[in-house]
Amino acid sequence: MDALTAHLSVLGHGLVTTVQLTVVTTIGAMLLGIVVATLRISPVPLLRTIGTLYVEVLQNLPLLALLVLFVFALPQIGIQFPLFTSAAIVIAAYQGAYLAEAIRAGINTVGKGQAEAARAIGLTFSQSLRYVILPQGLRAVIQPIGNICIALLMNTSLAAAVGVVELTQAANNVNLVEAQPILIFTGAGLAYMLLALIIGQFTGLLERRLAIVR
Amino acid sequence: MAPTTAPDLVGRAWSPQPDRPMVTVHGLHKRFGPLHVLKDVDLTVAAGEVVVVVGPSGSGKSTLCRCLNRLEVASAGRIEIDGEPLPAEGRQLARLRADVGMVFQSFNLFGHRTILDNITLGPVKVRRIGRAEARKQAMALLDRVGIADKADRYPAQLSGGQQQRAAIARALAMRPKVLLFDEPTSALDPEMVNEVLDVMVSLAAEGMTMIVVTHEMGFARRAADRVVFMDDGRIVETAPPDEFFAAPRTERARDFLSKILQH
Repeated sequence: MDALTAHLSVLGHGLVTTVQLTVVTTIGAMLLGIVVATLRISPVPLLRTIGTLYVEVLQNLPLLALLVLFVFALPQIGIQFPLFTSAAIVIAAYQGAYLAEAIRAGINTVGKGQAEAARAIGLTFSQSLRYVILPQGLRAVIQPIGNICIALLMNTSLAAAVGVVELTQAANNVNLVEAQPILIFTGAGLAYMLLALIIGQFTGLLERRLAIVR
Repeated sequence: MAPTTAPDLVGRAWSPQPDRPMVTVHGLHKRFGPLHVLKDVDLTVAAGEVVVVVGPSGSGKSTLCRCLNRLEVASAGRIEIDGEPLPAEGRQLARLRADVGMVFQSFNLFGHRTILDNITLGPVKVRRIGRAEARKQAMALLDRVGIADKADRYPAQLSGGQQQRAAIARALAMRPKVLLFDEPTSALDPEMVNEVLDVMVSLAAEGMTMIVVTHEMGFARRAADRVVFMDDGRIVETAPPDEFFAAPRTERARDFLSKILQH
Protein backbone atom coordinates (compact mmCIF):
# COMPACT_ATOMS: atom_id res chain seq x y z
CA MET A 1 0.00 0.00 0.00
CA ASP A 2 2.91 2.30 0.62
CA ALA A 3 3.54 2.44 -3.09
CA LEU A 4 0.15 4.13 -3.48
CA THR A 5 0.07 6.31 -0.39
CA ALA A 6 3.57 7.63 -0.96
CA HIS A 7 2.51 9.07 -4.32
CA LEU A 8 -0.99 10.26 -3.51
CA SER A 9 -0.40 13.74 -4.88
CA VAL A 10 0.86 12.44 -8.24
CA LEU A 11 -2.00 9.98 -8.53
CA GLY A 12 -4.46 12.60 -7.28
CA HIS A 13 -3.31 15.03 -9.96
CA GLY A 14 -3.72 12.31 -12.53
CA LEU A 15 -7.22 11.57 -11.30
CA VAL A 16 -8.19 15.25 -11.39
CA THR A 17 -6.83 15.53 -14.94
CA THR A 18 -8.83 12.46 -15.97
CA VAL A 19 -12.00 13.95 -14.47
CA GLN A 20 -11.36 17.32 -16.13
CA LEU A 21 -10.66 15.70 -19.47
CA THR A 22 -13.78 13.56 -19.16
CA VAL A 23 -16.05 16.47 -18.25
CA VAL A 24 -14.73 18.85 -20.93
CA THR A 25 -14.78 16.13 -23.57
CA THR A 26 -18.25 14.91 -22.68
CA ILE A 27 -19.67 18.40 -23.05
CA GLY A 28 -17.87 18.91 -26.34
CA ALA A 29 -18.87 15.48 -27.64
CA MET A 30 -22.53 16.02 -26.67
CA LEU A 31 -22.68 19.34 -28.52
CA LEU A 32 -20.93 17.83 -31.54
CA GLY A 33 -23.15 14.77 -31.38
CA ILE A 34 -26.30 16.88 -31.44
CA VAL A 35 -25.00 18.98 -34.32
CA VAL A 36 -23.90 15.98 -36.38
CA ALA A 37 -27.12 14.06 -35.67
CA THR A 38 -29.03 17.15 -36.79
CA LEU A 39 -26.96 17.31 -39.98
CA ARG A 40 -27.78 13.68 -40.67
CA ILE A 41 -31.53 14.28 -40.52
CA SER A 42 -31.44 17.67 -42.21
CA PRO A 43 -33.62 18.22 -45.27
CA VAL A 44 -30.57 19.53 -47.16
CA PRO A 45 -28.74 16.68 -48.96
CA LEU A 46 -25.33 18.36 -48.73
CA LEU A 47 -25.61 18.70 -44.95
CA ARG A 48 -26.69 15.06 -44.66
CA THR A 49 -23.61 14.02 -46.64
CA ILE A 50 -21.34 16.07 -44.39
CA GLY A 51 -22.88 14.45 -41.32
CA THR A 52 -22.48 10.96 -42.76
CA LEU A 53 -18.88 11.62 -43.78
CA TYR A 54 -18.06 12.90 -40.32
CA VAL A 55 -19.45 9.80 -38.63
CA GLU A 56 -17.89 7.37 -41.07
CA VAL A 57 -14.43 8.92 -40.89
CA LEU A 58 -14.22 9.33 -37.14
CA GLN A 59 -15.89 6.07 -36.17
CA ASN A 60 -13.74 4.05 -38.52
CA LEU A 61 -10.30 5.17 -37.34
CA PRO A 62 -8.62 4.12 -34.10
CA LEU A 63 -8.67 6.85 -31.48
CA LEU A 64 -4.98 6.35 -30.79
CA ALA A 65 -4.12 6.95 -34.44
CA LEU A 66 -6.25 10.10 -34.44
CA LEU A 67 -4.53 11.38 -31.29
CA VAL A 68 -1.06 10.75 -32.66
CA LEU A 69 -1.90 12.31 -36.00
CA PHE A 70 -3.40 15.39 -34.38
CA VAL A 71 -0.54 15.94 -31.98
CA PHE A 72 2.35 15.14 -34.31
CA ALA A 73 1.07 15.89 -37.80
CA LEU A 74 -0.75 19.18 -37.30
CA PRO A 75 2.35 21.05 -36.01
CA GLN A 76 3.89 20.25 -39.41
CA ILE A 77 1.43 22.65 -40.97
CA GLY A 78 1.82 25.15 -38.15
CA ILE A 79 -1.18 24.21 -36.01
CA GLN A 80 -0.36 23.44 -32.41
CA PHE A 81 -2.41 23.28 -29.24
CA PRO A 82 -1.44 22.51 -25.65
CA LEU A 83 -1.46 18.72 -25.09
CA PHE A 84 -4.53 18.68 -22.86
CA THR A 85 -6.46 20.76 -25.39
CA SER A 86 -5.36 18.51 -28.24
CA ALA A 87 -6.45 15.39 -26.40
CA ALA A 88 -9.79 16.98 -25.48
CA ILE A 89 -10.47 18.04 -29.09
CA VAL A 90 -9.64 14.64 -30.56
CA ILE A 91 -11.53 12.58 -28.00
CA ALA A 92 -14.55 14.90 -28.22
CA ALA A 93 -14.52 14.67 -32.01
CA TYR A 94 -14.20 10.90 -31.88
CA GLN A 95 -16.86 10.24 -29.24
CA GLY A 96 -19.04 12.89 -30.87
CA ALA A 97 -19.41 10.57 -33.85
CA TYR A 98 -20.66 7.75 -31.59
CA LEU A 99 -22.98 10.11 -29.71
CA ALA A 100 -24.33 11.44 -33.00
CA GLU A 101 -25.40 7.93 -33.97
CA ALA A 102 -27.02 7.31 -30.59
CA ILE A 103 -28.83 10.65 -30.76
CA ARG A 104 -29.96 9.97 -34.30
CA ALA A 105 -31.39 6.66 -33.14
CA GLY A 106 -33.23 8.61 -30.44
CA ILE A 107 -34.58 11.11 -32.95
CA ASN A 108 -35.84 8.22 -35.05
CA THR A 109 -37.93 6.99 -32.14
CA VAL A 110 -39.92 10.24 -32.20
CA GLY A 111 -42.99 9.81 -34.35
CA LYS A 112 -43.26 11.66 -37.64
CA GLY A 113 -46.49 13.22 -36.42
CA GLN A 114 -44.60 15.13 -33.71
CA ALA A 115 -42.50 16.92 -36.31
CA GLU A 116 -45.57 17.59 -38.44
CA ALA A 117 -47.49 19.01 -35.51
CA ALA A 118 -44.51 21.18 -34.62
CA ARG A 119 -44.28 22.52 -38.16
CA ALA A 120 -48.03 22.96 -38.35
CA ILE A 121 -48.02 25.47 -35.47
CA GLY A 122 -45.36 27.48 -37.26
CA LEU A 123 -42.16 26.34 -35.58
CA THR A 124 -39.10 26.53 -37.82
CA PHE A 125 -36.96 23.43 -38.43
CA SER A 126 -34.54 24.38 -35.67
CA GLN A 127 -37.32 25.29 -33.25
CA SER A 128 -39.04 21.96 -33.89
CA LEU A 129 -35.79 20.18 -33.14
CA ARG A 130 -35.12 22.17 -30.03
CA TYR A 131 -38.55 22.17 -28.43
CA VAL A 132 -40.16 19.01 -29.73
CA ILE A 133 -37.87 16.46 -31.36
CA LEU A 134 -34.62 16.54 -29.36
CA PRO A 135 -36.24 16.66 -25.90
CA GLN A 136 -38.08 13.46 -26.74
CA GLY A 137 -35.34 11.83 -28.81
CA LEU A 138 -32.64 12.39 -26.19
CA ARG A 139 -34.84 10.97 -23.45
CA ALA A 140 -35.15 7.76 -25.41
CA VAL A 141 -31.39 7.22 -25.53
CA ILE A 142 -30.14 8.39 -22.13
CA GLN A 143 -28.85 4.90 -21.34
CA PRO A 144 -26.80 4.44 -24.53
CA ILE A 145 -25.47 7.98 -24.13
CA GLY A 146 -24.38 7.04 -20.61
CA ASN A 147 -22.59 3.99 -21.99
CA ILE A 148 -20.76 6.11 -24.53
CA CYS A 149 -19.75 8.51 -21.75
CA ILE A 150 -18.26 5.59 -19.82
CA ALA A 151 -16.38 4.50 -22.94
CA LEU A 152 -15.22 8.09 -23.26
CA LEU A 153 -13.91 8.03 -19.69
CA MET A 154 -11.92 4.89 -20.46
CA ASN A 155 -10.65 6.38 -23.70
CA THR A 156 -9.20 9.40 -21.90
CA SER A 157 -6.41 7.01 -20.84
CA LEU A 158 -5.18 7.10 -24.43
CA ALA A 159 -4.26 10.73 -23.89
CA ALA A 160 -1.30 9.28 -22.01
CA ALA A 161 0.14 8.28 -25.38
CA VAL A 162 0.49 11.92 -26.38
CA GLY A 163 1.93 13.08 -23.09
CA VAL A 164 -1.06 14.12 -21.00
CA VAL A 165 -0.42 13.05 -17.42
CA GLU A 166 -3.85 11.69 -16.55
CA LEU A 167 -4.57 8.83 -14.21
CA THR A 168 -3.09 6.02 -16.33
CA GLN A 169 0.06 8.01 -17.12
CA ALA A 170 0.37 9.01 -13.45
CA ALA A 171 0.06 5.36 -12.43
CA ASN A 172 2.66 4.44 -15.02
CA ASN A 173 5.03 7.11 -13.68
CA VAL A 174 4.59 5.88 -10.12
CA ASN A 175 5.18 2.33 -11.29
CA LEU A 176 8.49 3.35 -12.85
CA VAL A 177 9.65 4.35 -9.38
CA GLU A 178 7.97 1.65 -7.27
CA ALA A 179 7.86 -1.29 -9.70
CA GLN A 180 4.64 -2.64 -8.22
CA PRO A 181 2.40 -2.78 -11.29
CA ILE A 182 -0.32 -5.03 -9.85
CA LEU A 183 -0.99 -2.84 -6.84
CA ILE A 184 -0.66 0.47 -8.66
CA PHE A 185 -2.79 -0.40 -11.69
CA THR A 186 -5.38 -2.13 -9.56
CA GLY A 187 -5.64 1.10 -7.57
CA ALA A 188 -5.97 3.13 -10.76
CA GLY A 189 -8.48 0.64 -12.10
CA LEU A 190 -10.63 0.98 -9.00
CA ALA A 191 -10.60 4.75 -9.43
CA TYR A 192 -11.83 4.38 -13.04
CA MET A 193 -14.48 1.95 -11.86
CA LEU A 194 -15.70 4.41 -9.25
CA LEU A 195 -15.98 7.17 -11.85
CA ALA A 196 -17.83 4.85 -14.23
CA LEU A 197 -20.25 3.88 -11.46
CA ILE A 198 -20.93 7.55 -10.78
CA ILE A 199 -21.71 8.12 -14.48
CA GLY A 200 -23.96 5.06 -14.46
CA GLN A 201 -25.84 6.23 -11.38
CA PHE A 202 -26.25 9.68 -12.88
CA THR A 203 -27.69 8.35 -16.15
CA GLY A 204 -30.06 6.10 -14.21
CA LEU A 205 -31.24 9.09 -12.19
CA LEU A 206 -31.68 11.19 -15.33
CA GLU A 207 -33.61 8.43 -17.03
CA ARG A 208 -36.05 8.15 -14.12
CA ARG A 209 -36.41 11.89 -13.70
CA LEU A 210 -37.01 12.65 -17.35
CA ALA A 211 -39.16 9.67 -18.23
CA ILE A 212 -42.02 10.65 -20.52
CA VAL A 213 -45.40 9.77 -19.09
CA ARG A 214 -46.84 7.10 -21.36
CA MET B 1 -73.03 36.18 -36.84
CA ALA B 2 -73.21 39.44 -34.89
CA PRO B 3 -69.88 40.96 -33.87
CA THR B 4 -69.17 40.36 -30.24
CA THR B 5 -66.65 41.76 -27.79
CA ALA B 6 -66.58 38.65 -25.67
CA PRO B 7 -63.50 36.50 -26.30
CA ASP B 8 -64.81 33.76 -28.52
CA LEU B 9 -63.27 30.44 -29.33
CA VAL B 10 -62.08 31.71 -32.67
CA GLY B 11 -60.50 34.75 -31.02
CA ARG B 12 -59.16 36.25 -34.18
CA ALA B 13 -57.41 39.59 -33.99
CA TRP B 14 -58.14 40.44 -37.63
CA SER B 15 -61.29 40.78 -39.63
CA PRO B 16 -61.79 38.61 -42.68
CA GLN B 17 -62.30 40.38 -45.96
CA PRO B 18 -65.56 39.17 -47.36
CA ASP B 19 -64.68 39.46 -51.05
CA ARG B 20 -61.35 37.70 -50.84
CA PRO B 21 -61.33 33.91 -50.66
CA MET B 22 -59.47 32.52 -47.66
CA VAL B 23 -58.12 29.51 -49.49
CA THR B 24 -57.61 29.19 -53.23
CA VAL B 25 -56.39 26.02 -54.85
CA HIS B 26 -55.80 26.04 -58.56
CA GLY B 27 -54.70 23.18 -60.79
CA LEU B 28 -53.21 21.23 -57.90
CA HIS B 29 -51.40 18.00 -58.72
CA LYS B 30 -49.63 15.69 -56.33
CA ARG B 31 -47.62 12.67 -57.28
CA PHE B 32 -45.92 10.17 -55.00
CA GLY B 33 -43.53 8.61 -57.48
CA PRO B 34 -45.69 6.86 -60.07
CA LEU B 35 -48.80 7.41 -57.95
CA HIS B 36 -50.89 10.34 -59.13
CA VAL B 37 -52.82 11.21 -55.98
CA LEU B 38 -54.26 14.64 -56.81
CA LYS B 39 -55.30 15.41 -60.37
CA ASP B 40 -55.94 19.01 -61.25
CA VAL B 41 -57.83 20.01 -58.10
CA ASP B 42 -59.48 23.42 -57.94
CA LEU B 43 -61.07 24.64 -54.72
CA THR B 44 -62.01 28.03 -53.35
CA VAL B 45 -63.01 28.49 -49.74
CA ALA B 46 -64.48 31.78 -48.59
CA ALA B 47 -63.70 33.33 -45.23
CA GLY B 48 -65.97 31.86 -42.60
CA GLU B 49 -66.95 28.96 -44.81
CA VAL B 50 -66.99 25.38 -43.58
CA VAL B 51 -66.09 22.89 -46.27
CA VAL B 52 -66.33 19.19 -45.58
CA VAL B 53 -64.31 16.92 -47.84
CA VAL B 54 -65.60 13.38 -48.18
CA GLY B 55 -64.76 10.47 -50.39
CA PRO B 56 -63.54 6.88 -50.38
CA SER B 57 -60.16 6.13 -48.84
CA GLY B 58 -57.35 6.74 -51.26
CA SER B 59 -59.30 9.46 -53.02
CA GLY B 60 -56.71 12.08 -52.06
CA LYS B 61 -58.67 14.07 -49.50
CA SER B 62 -56.03 13.84 -46.76
CA THR B 63 -53.30 14.68 -49.24
CA LEU B 64 -55.26 17.75 -50.35
CA CYS B 65 -55.57 18.80 -46.73
CA ARG B 66 -51.86 18.29 -46.12
CA CYS B 67 -50.90 20.21 -49.25
CA LEU B 68 -52.70 23.27 -47.92
CA ASN B 69 -50.06 23.90 -45.26
CA ARG B 70 -47.32 22.28 -47.28
CA LEU B 71 -46.84 19.22 -45.10
CA GLU B 72 -46.95 17.67 -48.56
CA VAL B 73 -45.35 19.64 -51.33
CA ALA B 74 -47.60 20.00 -54.36
CA SER B 75 -46.19 18.65 -57.62
CA ALA B 76 -47.91 21.38 -59.61
CA GLY B 77 -50.52 24.06 -59.15
CA ARG B 78 -51.11 27.12 -57.06
CA ILE B 79 -52.25 27.43 -53.46
CA GLU B 80 -53.06 30.75 -51.83
CA ILE B 81 -53.99 31.38 -48.24
CA ASP B 82 -55.74 34.71 -47.64
CA GLY B 83 -54.41 35.95 -50.96
CA GLU B 84 -50.82 34.95 -50.29
CA PRO B 85 -49.20 32.19 -52.32
CA LEU B 86 -47.78 29.37 -50.22
CA PRO B 87 -44.06 30.09 -49.75
CA ALA B 88 -41.35 27.47 -50.23
CA GLU B 89 -39.53 26.04 -47.20
CA GLY B 90 -38.09 28.48 -44.70
CA ARG B 91 -39.15 31.16 -42.30
CA GLN B 92 -41.91 32.51 -44.49
CA LEU B 93 -43.51 29.11 -44.69
CA ALA B 94 -43.30 28.77 -40.92
CA ARG B 95 -45.05 32.13 -40.59
CA LEU B 96 -47.80 31.05 -42.94
CA ARG B 97 -48.25 27.75 -41.15
CA ALA B 98 -48.83 29.68 -37.96
CA ASP B 99 -51.92 31.13 -39.65
CA VAL B 100 -53.17 27.74 -40.81
CA GLY B 101 -54.13 25.51 -37.92
CA MET B 102 -54.13 21.78 -38.35
CA VAL B 103 -55.78 19.01 -36.37
CA PHE B 104 -54.48 15.51 -37.04
CA GLN B 105 -56.12 12.12 -36.97
CA SER B 106 -53.65 10.91 -34.33
CA PHE B 107 -53.71 14.16 -32.28
CA ASN B 108 -49.90 14.47 -32.29
CA LEU B 109 -49.75 16.24 -28.96
CA PHE B 110 -46.17 16.70 -27.76
CA GLY B 111 -45.69 13.77 -25.40
CA HIS B 112 -43.07 15.35 -23.15
CA ARG B 113 -45.05 18.52 -22.43
CA THR B 114 -48.13 19.02 -20.31
CA ILE B 115 -51.37 19.92 -22.05
CA LEU B 116 -50.90 23.55 -21.06
CA ASP B 117 -47.32 23.58 -22.37
CA ASN B 118 -48.50 21.98 -25.60
CA ILE B 119 -50.83 24.89 -26.14
CA THR B 120 -48.50 27.72 -25.11
CA LEU B 121 -45.50 26.52 -27.17
CA GLY B 122 -46.64 28.08 -30.44
CA PRO B 123 -47.88 31.38 -29.01
CA VAL B 124 -44.68 31.83 -26.96
CA LYS B 125 -42.11 30.73 -29.55
CA VAL B 126 -43.82 31.71 -32.79
CA ARG B 127 -46.13 34.58 -31.85
CA ARG B 128 -43.75 35.88 -29.18
CA ILE B 129 -46.54 36.37 -26.67
CA GLY B 130 -45.48 36.63 -23.01
CA ARG B 131 -45.61 33.40 -21.06
CA ALA B 132 -48.17 34.61 -18.54
CA GLU B 133 -50.47 35.95 -21.22
CA ALA B 134 -50.09 32.74 -23.25
CA ARG B 135 -51.02 30.65 -20.21
CA LYS B 136 -54.06 32.79 -19.58
CA GLN B 137 -55.25 32.38 -23.16
CA ALA B 138 -54.48 28.68 -23.10
CA MET B 139 -56.53 28.19 -19.96
CA ALA B 140 -59.44 30.06 -21.52
CA LEU B 141 -59.24 27.80 -24.57
CA LEU B 142 -59.01 24.65 -22.47
CA ASP B 143 -62.03 25.85 -20.58
CA ARG B 144 -63.93 26.29 -23.82
CA VAL B 145 -63.12 22.79 -25.01
CA GLY B 146 -64.02 21.48 -21.56
CA ILE B 147 -60.71 20.14 -20.26
CA ALA B 148 -59.37 22.98 -18.11
CA ASP B 149 -58.91 20.48 -15.28
CA LYS B 150 -56.42 18.54 -17.42
CA ALA B 151 -54.04 21.45 -18.01
CA ASP B 152 -51.21 19.96 -15.97
CA ARG B 153 -51.61 16.41 -17.23
CA TYR B 154 -49.52 14.81 -19.92
CA PRO B 155 -51.15 13.78 -23.21
CA ALA B 156 -50.88 10.06 -22.43
CA GLN B 157 -52.98 10.61 -19.30
CA LEU B 158 -55.95 11.84 -21.32
CA SER B 159 -58.56 9.93 -23.27
CA GLY B 160 -58.52 10.16 -27.05
CA GLY B 161 -61.39 12.61 -27.13
CA GLN B 162 -59.73 14.81 -24.54
CA GLN B 163 -56.46 14.68 -26.44
CA GLN B 164 -58.15 15.71 -29.65
CA ARG B 165 -59.89 18.60 -27.91
CA ALA B 166 -56.51 19.65 -26.50
CA ALA B 167 -55.10 19.46 -30.02
CA ILE B 168 -57.90 21.71 -31.27
CA ALA B 169 -57.12 24.15 -28.46
CA ARG B 170 -53.45 24.05 -29.49
CA ALA B 171 -54.38 24.93 -33.06
CA LEU B 172 -56.74 27.69 -31.92
CA ALA B 173 -54.10 29.22 -29.66
CA MET B 174 -52.31 30.42 -32.79
CA ARG B 175 -55.44 32.34 -33.79
CA PRO B 176 -55.38 30.78 -37.22
CA LYS B 177 -57.14 32.17 -40.26
CA VAL B 178 -58.09 28.67 -41.38
CA LEU B 179 -58.35 25.38 -39.54
CA LEU B 180 -57.64 22.13 -41.33
CA PHE B 181 -59.01 18.91 -39.88
CA ASP B 182 -57.52 15.69 -41.22
CA GLU B 183 -59.95 12.96 -40.15
CA PRO B 184 -60.11 14.30 -36.60
CA THR B 185 -62.40 11.60 -35.24
CA SER B 186 -61.17 8.55 -37.13
CA ALA B 187 -58.85 7.41 -34.34
CA LEU B 188 -61.43 7.87 -31.60
CA ASP B 189 -63.59 5.37 -29.79
CA PRO B 190 -67.20 5.90 -30.88
CA GLU B 191 -68.31 7.33 -27.54
CA MET B 192 -65.69 10.09 -27.81
CA VAL B 193 -66.50 11.21 -31.31
CA ASN B 194 -69.30 13.54 -30.28
CA GLU B 195 -67.34 15.53 -27.73
CA VAL B 196 -64.90 16.44 -30.50
CA LEU B 197 -67.59 17.10 -33.10
CA ASP B 198 -69.41 19.37 -30.63
CA VAL B 199 -66.34 21.56 -30.35
CA MET B 200 -66.03 21.65 -34.13
CA VAL B 201 -69.68 22.55 -34.59
CA SER B 202 -69.37 25.45 -32.15
CA LEU B 203 -66.25 26.64 -34.00
CA ALA B 204 -68.13 26.53 -37.26
CA ALA B 205 -70.98 28.49 -35.70
CA GLU B 206 -68.54 31.15 -34.58
CA GLY B 207 -67.41 31.77 -38.11
CA MET B 208 -64.10 29.93 -38.26
CA THR B 209 -62.99 29.04 -41.76
CA MET B 210 -62.70 25.27 -41.73
CA ILE B 211 -61.73 22.53 -44.15
CA VAL B 212 -62.66 19.19 -42.67
CA VAL B 213 -61.74 15.81 -44.07
CA THR B 214 -64.03 13.37 -42.36
CA HIS B 215 -66.27 10.35 -42.57
CA GLU B 216 -68.75 11.91 -40.16
CA MET B 217 -71.69 12.57 -42.43
CA GLY B 218 -73.71 13.83 -39.46
CA PHE B 219 -71.18 16.59 -38.95
CA ALA B 220 -71.26 17.41 -42.64
CA ARG B 221 -75.05 17.78 -42.52
CA ARG B 222 -74.99 19.83 -39.36
CA ALA B 223 -72.07 22.18 -39.87
CA ALA B 224 -70.95 22.25 -43.48
CA ASP B 225 -71.71 25.07 -45.87
CA ARG B 226 -70.48 22.90 -48.67
CA VAL B 227 -69.62 19.26 -49.20
CA VAL B 228 -66.80 18.42 -51.56
CA PHE B 229 -66.80 14.85 -52.81
CA MET B 230 -63.49 13.47 -54.03
CA ASP B 231 -62.77 10.30 -55.88
CA ASP B 232 -59.57 9.07 -57.50
CA GLY B 233 -57.71 12.34 -56.95
CA ARG B 234 -60.38 14.61 -58.38
CA ILE B 235 -63.14 16.74 -56.97
CA VAL B 236 -66.13 15.04 -58.49
CA GLU B 237 -68.95 16.95 -56.94
CA THR B 238 -69.47 20.08 -54.84
CA ALA B 239 -72.83 20.89 -53.28
CA PRO B 240 -74.54 22.16 -50.15
CA PRO B 241 -74.98 19.26 -47.70
CA ASP B 242 -78.77 19.01 -48.08
CA GLU B 243 -78.44 18.70 -51.80
CA PHE B 244 -75.47 16.37 -51.70
CA PHE B 245 -77.00 13.88 -49.31
CA ALA B 246 -80.53 14.04 -50.72
CA ALA B 247 -79.70 13.99 -54.39
CA PRO B 248 -76.08 13.46 -55.35
CA ARG B 249 -75.61 14.37 -58.99
CA THR B 250 -72.85 11.93 -59.88
CA GLU B 251 -72.98 8.19 -60.02
CA ARG B 252 -69.82 7.84 -57.97
CA ALA B 253 -71.17 10.00 -55.15
CA ARG B 254 -74.39 7.98 -55.14
CA ASP B 255 -72.35 4.80 -55.00
CA PHE B 256 -70.20 6.15 -52.15
CA LEU B 257 -73.17 7.34 -50.13
CA SER B 258 -75.02 4.07 -50.56
CA LYS B 259 -72.01 2.24 -49.19
CA ILE B 260 -71.53 4.36 -46.09
CA LEU B 261 -75.15 5.05 -45.26
CA GLN B 262 -76.24 1.45 -45.55
CA HIS B 263 -76.14 0.62 -41.85
